[in-house]
Amino acid sequence: MEFKGIVRVVALALVIGGAMTPASAGAQTAAAADQQLREAQAEVARLKQELDAIRAQYDARLTALEQRLAAIAATPVEAAPPPPPAAPSAPAAGSSKVFNPDIAVIGNFLGATGKNANSTQPTFGLNEVETSFQAIVDPYARADFFLSAGPEGLEVEEGFATFNALPGGLLLKVGKLRAQFGKVNTAHTHALPWTDRPLVTRNLVGGDEGISESGVSVSRLLNNSFMFLEATGEAYYGASAVFNSTARSKLAYVGRLRAYRDLTEGTNLDLGGSFAYGPSAAQPEVSIPEAAYSTRLIGFDATFRYRPLRRAIYRRFQARTELVWSQPRSDGAGGETAFGFYGGADYQFARRWYAGGRYDRAAHPFDAALVDNGGSLYLTYWPSEFSQVRGQYRRTNYGDGVTANEFLFQFLFSIGAHGAHVF
Amino acid sequence: MTHIITHVAAALLTLAAANPPAAAPPKVITTTEDLASLVREVGGDKVTVDSLAKGYQDPHFVEPKPSFILKLHDADLLVAIGRELEIGWLPPLLTQSRNAKIQPGNPGYLDASAGARILELPTGQITRAMGDVHPQGNPHYWLDPDNGRTIAKAIAAALGQIAPADRAYFEQRYADFDRRLAEAQKRWAAAMAPYKGTKVVTYHRSWPNFTDRFGLDVIGYVEPKPGIPPSPAHTVDLMSEMKRQQVKVILVEPYFDLKTPEAIARDVGGRVLVLSPSVGGVKTATDYIALFDYNINLLTSTFKQVLGR
Repeated sequence: MEFKGIVRVVALALVIGGAMTPASAGAQTAAAADQQLREAQAEVARLKQELDAIRAQYDARLTALEQRLAAIAATPVEAAPPPPPAAPSAPAAGSSKVFNPDIAVIGNFLGATGKNANSTQPTFGLNEVETSFQAIVDPYARADFFLSAGPEGLEVEEGFATFNALPGGLLLKVGKLRAQFGKVNTAHTHALPWTDRPLVTRNLVGGDEGISESGVSVSRLLNNSFMFLEATGEAYYGASAVFNSTARSKLAYVGRLRAYRDLTEGTNLDLGGSFAYGPSAAQPEVSIPEAAYSTRLIGFDATFRYRPLRRAIYRRFQARTELVWSQPRSDGAGGETAFGFYGGADYQFARRWYAGGRYDRAAHPFDAALVDNGGSLYLTYWPSEFSQVRGQYRRTNYGDGVTANEFLFQFLFSIGAHGAHVF
Repeated sequence: MTHIITHVAAALLTLAAANPPAAAPPKVITTTEDLASLVREVGGDKVTVDSLAKGYQDPHFVEPKPSFILKLHDADLLVAIGRELEIGWLPPLLTQSRNAKIQPGNPGYLDASAGARILELPTGQITRAMGDVHPQGNPHYWLDPDNGRTIAKAIAAALGQIAPADRAYFEQRYADFDRRLAEAQKRWAAAMAPYKGTKVVTYHRSWPNFTDRFGLDVIGYVEPKPGIPPSPAHTVDLMSEMKRQQVKVILVEPYFDLKTPEAIARDVGGRVLVLSPSVGGVKTATDYIALFDYNINLLTSTFKQVLGR
């Protein structure tokens, strides 16, 4: 078999070798050369054609470029193009910077003119600089810190962690918090629709600072198909103008039930009932020796809003009221109930303009016969989401006989991260 | 006794295993109607879907109403536009939703912009003096049908993850949508081809993806800067620029006041078109494909009248 194979290969090689020898070609040689010449001539002709086409193309492009150059030279010289933008300052991915919290600073510049014998507010004052740091802590929590620097120094306005991945639909907040008592108490000063806090808040719910204490807050949605219903329970170690814990066992407690319902696409109603109880911080002028004082606060708030969705950036109406009953009690004797409320409305009549009015009335705790009342008219100009100018005329008739007519004005300006609007 | 209990328990277990309770379809909440429409395309009748913002509402300025918390509370999947479009209202809703599933980083949270072609990514120093700029690029990216396809694909994948039993169904629905969208794209491209390079003005920077895809040239904006309402000086400049370049068409979103755009149009002898940037922005824009049909029909019929071709 092997031998046969070798013979076959050798035979094949011989045949091929024979085909390639010129001797065997004989008369075919001249014809082949002629053929090759014709092919070469055709190739040269084709190349010449291609070269002509390329030359024509280049001529056309050169002419076009020359025309454009001439046109540019003819037009007047425009301002030099802006320099290329600096290298992107995007945060370096992977660096620790990406985990920095969102930081924002809000300045609240307040001014006052007119007379008010009961107020120490200066003509001009950088009333508050609020710095916020907000970020997600881990898969289970986020943290929000609000540091407030004012004439009285730096303090933690709020600083809390929110645990939003708890079972049972619970939301837990731990830290220093503005207590969920009504509407005004939960709002930061710059988020209010006025330059000041209403009389009822000043007299009965802790003044400008409000009830902002260290504690825990647990809230839960009460599921139903009819409305949004949220119940909140809170416990605080009292250290405010309302509550003051003198022992570990003397905590202040706050409970709130909030009901919200969309009436139509553009209108809604928000109702709340609040209750607070704890050891009193304030004392009556004539105190009973050794008596322990406690304060009970009951509040009711209602807000009606109208905001047409299609024209949401141009029109808005909001009416709100908040009623508070304060009942300070001593061990030896019951206390008088002091009542106060405010009611008012705001209307946005253009993209950047809001106007509103508010009526105030509030008694003093421990002296319910001393009643202050007053009213305000205000106008807000809103250049952008990050700044705001507001003027407010305020007239107050204090229970002690002092009447004040004032014009208050406010400039709010914020820098840094885009804060979400709180509803 | 123990014996009986064991038997009963075994019987109950068998019953339970034999008749598993019919699982409710996954509940999907989207921030905009466009995303809701794409979820409907892909999810069919195997999901329920609801949008927080309406199509005729400015998606930058949505009120974070407590009723939205209820919707998010029992959602299985949240689909958001991202790129900070919802920065002003979604974060507090998410925190208060008491729903761990839909928090960012979990499978129940889908940022639809991942994978989409994002335009106007700013470079260099960004300041608020530029207006309400979006540092992560222009968030109106859904107005490019190719991005719509990318979003739909991401939705199909996310749905497949939360409802693995229906994965094939979602994939098949996506393939069907992809085919219908490709057909529609041919139609739109043909309709818009004669108007390639046509110069227009828009109110807000809502349309870069749309105008880029369909070959329109935006020469200016009614807003002097993003989010800043028109000023008289800027309006005058815009009118003279439109006259100089013979621009006749102003595109406006349904939630902006028409007074300034109409004054400009009168001055330059042009037309104001209220296009729909979102599904549901006008009644006939009932779904994602109908949205483009509406806008392109309106554009081409107006161009015919105004440009005479």
